[in-house]
Amino acid sequence: MKARIKFSKCGSMRFIGHLDVMRYFQKAFRRAHIPVSYSKGYSPHQILSFTSPLGIGLTSDAEYMDMELEECPEPEKMVDWINSQMNDEIRVKDFVLLPDDSKPSMAMLAGCDYLVALKPGKVSVFRDRKDMEQVLVDFLAQPEILVTKKTKRSEKQVDIKPNIYYLSSSMEDFQVQTGREYGSLCIDIEEYQPVIYCQLTAGSVLNIKPELVMQALCQFVDTPYDPLDYQIHRLEMYGDANGKKGEIHLLHDEVPCELVPLSEYQK
Amino acid sequence: MSKRKLALSDEILLSVEKPARYIGNEINMVKKDPAAVDVRFCMCFPDVYEIGMSHLGIQILYDMFNQWDDVYCERVYSPWVDLDRIMREKHIPLFALETQDPIKCFDFLGITLQYEMCYTNILQILDLSGIPLKASDRTMEDPFVIGGGPCSYNPEPIADFFDMFYIGEGETQYRRMMDEYKEWKKSGGDRIAFLKRAAQIPGIYVPMFYEASYHEDGTLASFEPIVPEAPRTVMKEVEMDMEHTYYPEKPLVPYIKVTQDRVVLEIQRGCIRGCRFCQAGVLYRPIRPRKLEFLKERAIKMLESTGHEEITLSSLSSSDYKELPELVYWLIDECSKNGINIALPSLRIDAFSLDVMSKVQDVRKSSLTFAPEAGSQRMRNVINKGLTEENILNGAMDAFRGGWTRVKLYFMLGLPGETYDDIEEIAILSDKIAREYYTIPKEERKGKVNIVTSTSIFVPKPFTPFQWARMNSQQEAVEKRNFLLGKVKSQLNAKSIKYNCHDADVSVLEGVFARGDRRLNDVILQAYKEGCIYDAWTEYFKYDVWQKAFADHDLTMDFYNDRERSEDELFPWDFIDCGVTKSFLLREYHRAKEAVVTPNCRQQCAGCGAARFGGGVCTEKRESAV
Repeated sequence: MKARIKFSKCGSMRFIGHLDVMRYFQKAFRRAHIPVSYSKGYSPHQILSFTSPLGIGLTSDAEYMDMELEECPEPEKMVDWINSQMNDEIRVKDFVLLPDDSKPSMAMLAGCDYLVALKPGKVSVFRDRKDMEQVLVDFLAQPEILVTKKTKRSEKQVDIKPNIYYLSSSMEDFQVQTGREYGSLCIDIEEYQPVIYCQLTAGSVLNIKPELVMQALCQFVDTPYDPLDYQIHRLEMYGDANGKKGEIHLLHDEVPCELVPLSEYQK
Repeated sequence: MSKRKLALSDEILLSVEKPARYIGNEINMVKKDPAAVDVRFCMCFPDVYEIGMSHLGIQILYDMFNQWDDVYCERVYSPWVDLDRIMREKHIPLFALETQDPIKCFDFLGITLQYEMCYTNILQILDLSGIPLKASDRTMEDPFVIGGGPCSYNPEPIADFFDMFYIGEGETQYRRMMDEYKEWKKSGGDRIAFLKRAAQIPGIYVPMFYEASYHEDGTLASFEPIVPEAPRTVMKEVEMDMEHTYYPEKPLVPYIKVTQDRVVLEIQRGCIRGCRFCQAGVLYRPIRPRKLEFLKERAIKMLESTGHEEITLSSLSSSDYKELPELVYWLIDECSKNGINIALPSLRIDAFSLDVMSKVQDVRKSSLTFAPEAGSQRMRNVINKGLTEENILNGAMDAFRGGWTRVKLYFMLGLPGETYDDIEEIAILSDKIAREYYTIPKEERKGKVNIVTSTSIFVPKPFTPFQWARMNSQQEAVEKRNFLLGKVKSQLNAKSIKYNCHDADVSVLEGVFARGDRRLNDVILQAYKEGCIYDAWTEYFKYDVWQKAFADHDLTMDFYNDRERSEDELFPWDFIDCGVTKSFLLREYHRAKEAVVTPNCRQQCAGCGAARFGGGVCTEKRESAV
């Protein structure tokens, strides 16, 4: 049977790459006696997949992993069982059983929420800036927001404006915009000063990294952008209730996207 | 967010390869309040994290120390070259993984010495920690630096850098050392006062309390203690009770993939075989098997506590563990229930091992391994390797019939008394195995046979019958290698045989360090200061810097390698008593010259001296002599 877990990743665990996080979960599931299904053959492995691997250095309150289970007699106890074998920097927050015909979340991903925060000790024009809200309004009022997107083969200018669904400088406003409650975060916002919150297009069709938004914003206020100054923290991942694989509905399209957190998707 | 502070900044961690090497916090890492313990001990493996974390000995000692409430044992490994550069540039002190505290604030820094080529990495660890490189320059602000492991059986080339060496197995005397340390701290004595206490603990060697003098020809003239507390002879420590001793139930589980990414079950310590080139076979005498029930219980506990998906067995010669079939079949049953793989150790090829291999490996992909070590029967008698050509060909044939098509063969070049005919026999034996394969009718074969023949350069080691032997020069090694390559190419089945060989430069230096003396300390120090580090890694090995360091100190590598040592020569390591007597080793050297085989410990006692420990195979009931 299929299931999905939501977990947070913070602190020193941000230096562990996603393949190693996968190995970490495999070992934790064995210790916790979670009946994960195995592939066949001489070197059987657990059937697990991440929705969207988190880059090294990033933290998150909403990572998702799909898994195949042999059985699950007590789904309500799964979070506690798994957490009994987690360290304090990777914690499972939710566990849901999925219908057998559900598609992998990797293919469903349509949007992500991020917090971009200034790292402790970093100086930036955004630090304690009172008019941030106005800056963001002006930023979004531009006819287009062009950034240089680098791929392995080429560099191209893209307009990311249609892919920025919401952008805010305060958690309160952002929650109103997205209609979500983010609860207590595993990133310490006393230490890491929030600069922006944003909801962006994500997934296999078109993925916009929050770094690109930050880069464009720095360009807009005419200040150099150093990626090492900012901590990227993922807040949520969504599937599109109106979306089908291979197509993308933007927020202002005729049929707009209807974003549902992956833990509630297909429920 | 967790309050655990890292010693390195985000910028640094994000700019180096594999930052997980430096953050600690692995599963089963021990957390203690450093302020609440009496002794802080940092255990070091002077190589990169992935290698160090794969070492069983540290896992055993880490578990042992941390079982004691008054001690907190942490770990450190060599920073990789990228971080090494940054730490020097920014003056960041080397830190322990657990608390991320500087090494300099510890009471002890214990360094395991598993191979000679790590010697410059020891200096890197000390240097980055801000600890004076020479023990004589250290003050009350510095930890006591203690070495252990196989290379401490000839600690002389690195004696200046250590306050102490622990000769033998760590399980027995560390408790006493911790107690002595606590008493010394209370007494308010100076560094020398503690070292004098330590020198009286069995197995402990404090190099600064000994003086060496040399003959004109460079050989050792005398080696004597200069304080009454230091014993003339240091006896190795050995754990004789393999059941009621330390063995981890919760080994550390790294986040990144390390070399030994599995549960390791040490089934026995020691070896009965008596191969004359093998140092471990002498140092760990007598063979001491662990009880089957103990192993089963630990296997389950360790798989439970780690979540590893693989388990392996460790020992010098697993086929000599009497209850191996029972253990392995039990493991196969246990593991198949839980999707756990068994990584088999190298086994003597017979009906049992082929059956087991076919059960746990993909026959098409796995290979058979033979370690004849020498090509001709005469040479195998010289080295006392009891494997015959018949054994190999029969084993290979059985395996071929079982579906295997890949064979790996391991040999040594430069063994004492070796002739070019003996070397040619390596190529001939490789070819014979291929011929054997092609005697199987074509329709029953599964494609081509694939033979990989590898040679390494023989390095004479202390406490072996070959400690008197001359080692081949680099040039001889290269000539022999080229000769063998030519011979392999001229075999009938040359296309089925791939020949690999080991780097000759590194082996020469390994030979020098293995049987070196105190005068080498300054050579190593200079090479380190001129940029040598990670010498075990071919890409960082700087032979020219080493050559210059020898020349600058009026020493030659040839002095250490290029001569057969006389039977009455005093060796730098003769003050250590490893339980096996020098007269036994010499007797074995003579038998080697006559190509006479000595029976193994289970067949007949050869009187090596290890019986004095009163246990293991020495007190087992013996099979009738062969």
